[in-house]
Amino acid sequence: MKSFTKALLGLAMLGAAATTHAQNEQFVPMVGYWVGPYAAGGSGIFGGMIDYINMVNARDGGVGGVKLTYEKCETEYNNARGVECYERLKKKGPTGATLVHPLSTGITYSLIEKGTQDKVPIVSIGYGRTDASDGRVFPWVFPLLTNYWSQNTAKIKFIGSKEGGMDKLKGKKIVNIYHDSAYGKETIPVLDAQAKKYGFTVTHIPVPHPGNEQGAQWLQVRQIKPDWVILRGWGVMNPVALKGAAKVGFPRDRIIGVWWSGAEEDTIPAGDAAKGYIAAGFNVAGSNFPVIQDIKKYVYAKGKGEMEDPTRIGSIYYNRGVVHGIVTVEAIRKAQEKYGKKPLTGEQIRWGLENLTISEARLKELGAAGFMQPLKVSCLDHEGGGAVKFQQWDGKEWKVITDWITPDRDLVRPMIEQSAAGYAKEKNITPRDCSKES
Amino acid sequence: MLYREAGQFKASYAEDQQIFAIRQDRIAVGALLVFAFVVVPLVANQYWLSAILTPLLIFALAAIGLNILTGYAGQLSLGTAAFMAVGAFAAYNFVLRVPGIPILVAFVLAGICAALVGILFGLPSLRIKGFYLAVATLAAQFFVVWALTKFGWFSNNSSSGVISAQKIEILGYTVDTPAGKYLFTLTIVAVLALAAKNLVRSSTGRAWMAVRDMDVAASVIGIRLMQTKLSAFAISSAYCGVAGALYAFAYLGTVEPEGFNLDMSFRVLFMVIIGGVGSILGSFLGAAFIVLLPIFLNTAAPLIEHGLGLQMPPGFMSNLELIVFGALIVFFLAVEPHGLARLWQIGKEKLRLWPFPH
Repeated sequence: MKSFTKALLGLAMLGAAATTHAQNEQFVPMVGYWVGPYAAGGSGIFGGMIDYINMVNARDGGVGGVKLTYEKCETEYNNARGVECYERLKKKGPTGATLVHPLSTGITYSLIEKGTQDKVPIVSIGYGRTDASDGRVFPWVFPLLTNYWSQNTAKIKFIGSKEGGMDKLKGKKIVNIYHDSAYGKETIPVLDAQAKKYGFTVTHIPVPHPGNEQGAQWLQVRQIKPDWVILRGWGVMNPVALKGAAKVGFPRDRIIGVWWSGAEEDTIPAGDAAKGYIAAGFNVAGSNFPVIQDIKKYVYAKGKGEMEDPTRIGSIYYNRGVVHGIVTVEAIRKAQEKYGKKPLTGEQIRWGLENLTISEARLKELGAAGFMQPLKVSCLDHEGGGAVKFQQWDGKEWKVITDWITPDRDLVRPMIEQSAAGYAKEKNITPRDCSKES
Repeated sequence: MLYREAGQFKASYAEDQQIFAIRQDRIAVGALLVFAFVVVPLVANQYWLSAILTPLLIFALAAIGLNILTGYAGQLSLGTAAFMAVGAFAAYNFVLRVPGIPILVAFVLAGICAALVGILFGLPSLRIKGFYLAVATLAAQFFVVWALTKFGWFSNNSSSGVISAQKIEILGYTVDTPAGKYLFTLTIVAVLALAAKNLVRSSTGRAWMAVRDMDVAASVIGIRLMQTKLSAFAISSAYCGVAGALYAFAYLGTVEPEGFNLDMSFRVLFMVIIGGVGSILGSFLGAAFIVLLPIFLNTAAPLIEHGLGLQMPPGFMSNLELIVFGALIVFFLAVEPHGLARLWQIGKEKLRLWPFPH
């Protein structure tokens, strides 16, 4: 009993200690998921991001002398839990949440209005609401690096190059196998628009969540006999799809996955069925980059680190988490240039995000040259990049097979503006005038 | 000593038929309502209001809906989330397509839409019972989500299928603060919960219970089975529909059909089972258990981790939460198979005798 009382006392004291924040801290909420069907993605990405932040703390003593702190909250990829986590963490730290990475398209949708009202930037790197790339209507939302529509046009460009020119796409058949959720459906309009433009036919086949049963869908693929399959999967759906393709004998090097379908966790469980499979990516795999080496040196060599299985360091998801970390830290750094080296509010970080530029030279300084694409965000364009690389699974690892492929901006941008304008009208938002933003 | 009805005489039928027959109960419920309406909005912060209390009330309402059907009328249903989805999408479409419609009218219409869908999927209940009926309502679950996804009209042709609920406006006043949304939800839930409490004591409720206990006997004493079963489906679905509309309008703000999946139906069913089958209070207790416990475990986990000075592998605590949650469900059901409401009832009976049990 005595030891129990002691433990309780210790707990209470710890609680008290935890509430008295040191003032020179910048708080980053980690609204993520470590269990459930999507745990592979969540644990990898949040592992990479937390490790990067800890590395920056250990190596540079934080950003401009301000230490970065974080707290994890489990969402189970569930919208309601995600909103609860956001509400719980948004006021933490001396200045509140820096920004939020919801890492779920559904949660991003739920947070758009809340973040706008609470003045917390919602950063969705490679997911989320595509038309939020129009920063005039969505000042608080940043679908950075590349959005789904851009990525999709890059995919069609890639297919075109494989076919020997965009004009060769005429009459081709493409099947879009998608996760039946907001995330999965996001690319349907742009695919339809492209089908019209290039004269190919596209069939959309939904796979219900979580996607561990796809026999019927792949039989349908066999019936259609498409030239290419676009796989818009997530989590357990991906290996099942590759196995399904193997079962009906559809060549794997004609399946193109989105970046949420192109990690080691998606291909290794499928075994040999994954060999030859191609996926897009906005970051590459590998641990030879100086930034990853620094994480090993400053975090793992000291017996710390988020990854239970250290072999995952350098994997696609882990490196994507490091990209999340780099963007977060650089946004804070940019905001500190204007507002001073002190803990900043979400509103100040928003300015930092909107004026963020990560040049090729800066990437080199960060030890991430070739690791991710350069980024230039503006008030008009909250995407800031848009290019992807394609990589192929050779049975052991992901091999990059193209350089950065740029999206078809002429097609995507008007669609984004039209969609954003529709949202602005529905919600009575007057779009900002970007020439007046400083 | 404190909780004893000795000396409270009922001199009229009205007094005899009150919802809360004991004076202490009336005082307690009144105090609770005052507390919920006045004290909570003043004291609670934004996090409590918008992330904990509002969803708690909404799920309690859905649990009341399911409790009417499963607990009182004895018809097992796995379609709760589907009826909530109907309510949410119906309210959205009424506000979108009927200019100037008052939000409460839209909610009532949404409830009616859900009721109609409920009646439709309740038709098999006239011929099948128990687990077989559960399978039939499972069809509702899949069909509704499929239909809302398939036909773009329901989501106003949103490319991702997500709807973004409109602002809540009542008599020109916009409800957009967490406290406002909480009070809006609380008002609706309080009114509907009292209505449900009253309904289950009425002839309708008694007919439901007669059907639940033995439908052959019920039809022998002159209860029309079809009308009774379908009325249970209609009212239950209407409650779920209003809960779904609140879920979209007062809580999340944006919803997608996939959000109303089978998991959610099961969660509401668990609320009913853990809270107490056939009890309005149980719906609230069950909702509290299922909604609050995971959040509590998630908040407590890092404190325990640091307090004991343990370096846990990441992800371990998340998994542990699920294990503890499951274990607690088993524990409470093993201790009291009739749910938390029964524990409360036992407590009340003990309190009546206290401090002289013999």
